[in-house]
Amino acid sequence: MSELFLAGGTVLDATGSRRAHVRVVDGLVAETGEGIEAGSGARILDASGSIVCPGLVDLHTHLRQPGNEEAETVESGSRAGALGGYTALVAMPNTDPPIDSAAVVRQVLELGRFSLCEVAVAGTITVGRGGERLAPLGEMADLGVRIFTDDGAGVQDGRLMRRALEYALPLGVVLAQHCEDAALAAGSVMNEGEWSSRLGLPGQPAEAEELMVMRDIALARMTGGRLHFLHLSTTASVAMVRAAKAQGLAVTAEATPHHLALTESSLSGYDPNFKVNPPLRTERDRAAVRRGLADGVIDAIATDHAPHTQEAKEMPLDQAPPGMVGLETALAVAHTELCCGEGPVMAVADLMAALTWRPAAIAGLRARHGGPVEAGRVANLCVFDTTARWRVDPELMATRSRNTPFGGRELIGRIRHTIRAGEAVVIDGQAQR
Amino acid sequence: MTSLLAVEDLGARGIREVLRLTDSFVEVSERAIPRVPALRGRTVATVFFEDSTRTRLSFETAAKRLSADTMTFSVSTSSVNKGESLRDTVETVAAMGIDAMIVRHRSAGVPWQVSRWIDASIINAGDGWHEHPTQALLDCYTVRQALGGDDPFPGLRVAIVGDIKHSRVARSNVAAFSALGASVTLVAPPTLLPPSLEGWPVEVSHDLDAVLAETDVIYLLRIQAERINEALFPSLREYASRYGMTRERAARLCPSALIMHPGPMNRGVEIAAEVTSLPNSLITRQVTNGVAVRMAVLFRLLGAAEASEALVAHV
Amino acid sequence: MTAEDVSRATTRIAHEVAERNHGLDDLVLVGLQTGGVPLARRVADALETAYGQSVPVGSLDVAFYRDDIGLRPVLPEAVTNIPWDLTGLTVVLVDDVFFTGRTVRAALNALADHGRARAVQLAVMVDRGHRELPIRPDFVGKNLPTRRDEMVDVSESGVMLGDVVVK
Repeated sequence: MSELFLAGGTVLDATGSRRAHVRVVDGLVAETGEGIEAGSGARILDASGSIVCPGLVDLHTHLRQPGNEEAETVESGSRAGALGGYTALVAMPNTDPPIDSAAVVRQVLELGRFSLCEVAVAGTITVGRGGERLAPLGEMADLGVRIFTDDGAGVQDGRLMRRALEYALPLGVVLAQHCEDAALAAGSVMNEGEWSSRLGLPGQPAEAEELMVMRDIALARMTGGRLHFLHLSTTASVAMVRAAKAQGLAVTAEATPHHLALTESSLSGYDPNFKVNPPLRTERDRAAVRRGLADGVIDAIATDHAPHTQEAKEMPLDQAPPGMVGLETALAVAHTELCCGEGPVMAVADLMAALTWRPAAIAGLRARHGGPVEAGRVANLCVFDTTARWRVDPELMATRSRNTPFGGRELIGRIRHTIRAGEAVVIDGQAQR
Repeated sequence: MTSLLAVEDLGARGIREVLRLTDSFVEVSERAIPRVPALRGRTVATVFFEDSTRTRLSFETAAKRLSADTMTFSVSTSSVNKGESLRDTVETVAAMGIDAMIVRHRSAGVPWQVSRWIDASIINAGDGWHEHPTQALLDCYTVRQALGGDDPFPGLRVAIVGDIKHSRVARSNVAAFSALGASVTLVAPPTLLPPSLEGWPVEVSHDLDAVLAETDVIYLLRIQAERINEALFPSLREYASRYGMTRERAARLCPSALIMHPGPMNRGVEIAAEVTSLPNSLITRQVTNGVAVRMAVLFRLLGAAEASEALVAHV
Repeated sequence: MTAEDVSRATTRIAHEVAERNHGLDDLVLVGLQTGGVPLARRVADALETAYGQSVPVGSLDVAFYRDDIGLRPVLPEAVTNIPWDLTGLTVVLVDDVFFTGRTVRAALNALADHGRARAVQLAVMVDRGHRELPIRPDFVGKNLPTRRDEMVDVSESGVMLGDVVVK
């Protein structure tokens, strides 16, 4: 019998917040409360002054394996996730080979069996992400795949997207879209506008994202299918999702920490660490995304953790691949941006909702992730100190890659411990294996 | 100031200093032995990832006339152009011991990236669509030389015509001329203007004919034929008829107006062949002045220290 | 020195130049920017007054020839103007103050780029001491020992000493 005792924290979950210790026995939450005591032989983890909440769930992680192991592996990415408070990651399927068949699904699930985070696998919508033929959604769903996306690109063909939504209806899965009109966005390196003009760089207009959001909302309405919008970044995208939800459509949406924190002006030094798809947008867009999250129009924060080797990110800006790592900084960045400073936008409870139980619901992982923290449930938890100040040092990160836009930035809020299925995989900010 | 990446690095004062300094180097260039020992013992490397024999030779001549040692890397092989080992290439050159590196690349921002990796002074010789500071400086110098006096710029009306969107020469010239007090008008079809002119100190016109009579300096940009494939304009013929500096349009300029072009020229497209040899065309002088201006820039970066102000109190 | 002292010294220098060179043929004056230029002009005027002969006057800025480039402010203050081939000519360099000798050394280097002069001589209004090179003026207005940190200001209205205040 192995026991963990999380002492002195404030438990925060979908039911509310309460001062309580938490006893974890053999992988499950055994009891919670202010008067409970640790069993003999229990490992005691201090949680005083901190929040004890369900482990974070990331809807959007690029683990790069198979095919791009120099940038990241399932193992290293999971360690990075655990250090960031995550207990579940949805692995994006734009690997090499892509996850477009049962065989590759099995391969990635196997790679994730002993990792520090539970790895759920997303499958592609089209074969090879080629945008032409439907991938075997049913076969992959039988293995537990709950999210399908061609992420990295959007499905350009409206007819194909319609068929995919219709075909997926009885499977109980959700199709997730990377909204980007390839023709409008062709050759672009950043957001089109004031800054791209000044810097002499080709940009993609907000409309490149919005046209596909508009189309897919119409297709969702037409088919009744379940749709999730990945990394929304513009004012009108948020507005359209707000209107669609008001009409009762089954659409959900996510936004990344970097779209909450940064804007297109970050590209002024031509640092490829700020190059990402969708690109960093205007101040107005950033405010709209933050508001959308605060309002609940955007359901979840997802990292879009996208590791790239140092060599790749040292290419000239227009040749460097887009993407930023984010698992280890997501919670702290979101907390600093949304809950701290003058005029906080969100309460911590709402922030944790967007990081834990709401993404868990979208990913179909509620059985084991997202809480509530109560007896009988699998112990996937994290302990989060909301007051700790720390500076991001890329050299100290567990991810194999270094492409973070937050290097040197001071953040408020840090994960102390992460419990994965009852095992303390992170203690005092150190990964245990 | 240790590097020249963009015109704004100099500021109006710096631009004027470079222009005055250029007078001295024009004098040096006209001597029988056009050489001074000012940068003796310094090493200047030209690292061109994008081909341009003329600009590269201009920089190398400038360095040599200052008695600096030069190193040349003309890296136009496709593997390096794909971005492989950009950092490696640059660090290898720097490791040989250089004081300044002159960089040209087809990707905007490379000089900024390079300046983060090595210690030498960096001169931007053209980065993608973004900037080409020494071109703007030699253009300003050529205008100053033609009009005489130290500062003929305030109130001068400059029109830049052509593919502004993809032109580093245009961006640098807008910055330089406006910093010196000239008023700048951009003339182009909407598709050849940047998506946003927010914050640009310019006027805009789509009608070249309307602008001709009120221009003191008309600056023509090269039109690239490949741009047709991007649906930016229907044909070279239509571009030439609406925006080309024909003989007939040149005749409608003020008699004292000056005609400029950074080269190389598409004769018959943005400029008619006959116009290039009109008396008010400064095109040849632009080329000639390139060496002296680049000498001034190199000297300013590697030679001159910041002048400190000294006050003498009489006893 | 007062204005009169300066004026007398200028005339004396002019006579010494003519005497030493046995006349003014094949002779040019080159004033060092900036203090030597007006002085060269005044020496030329004195020569014209005394001998009725016009001596060509040029100017030289040694900014590009200094041995301390990069260590001190060295922007040239004016353009060099030596519009003749100096081969076979006698050049009299003219400067207001002679100090360490480095400016003259730089001037000698510069002159070499304009031809092979037959002879180079040096005329200064004030020699303030502290020579650092084996160079000495041929014609001196006045020897004026100074401290290293003093400033010497020479003009038509006289010679003044002062302290340097660096802003």
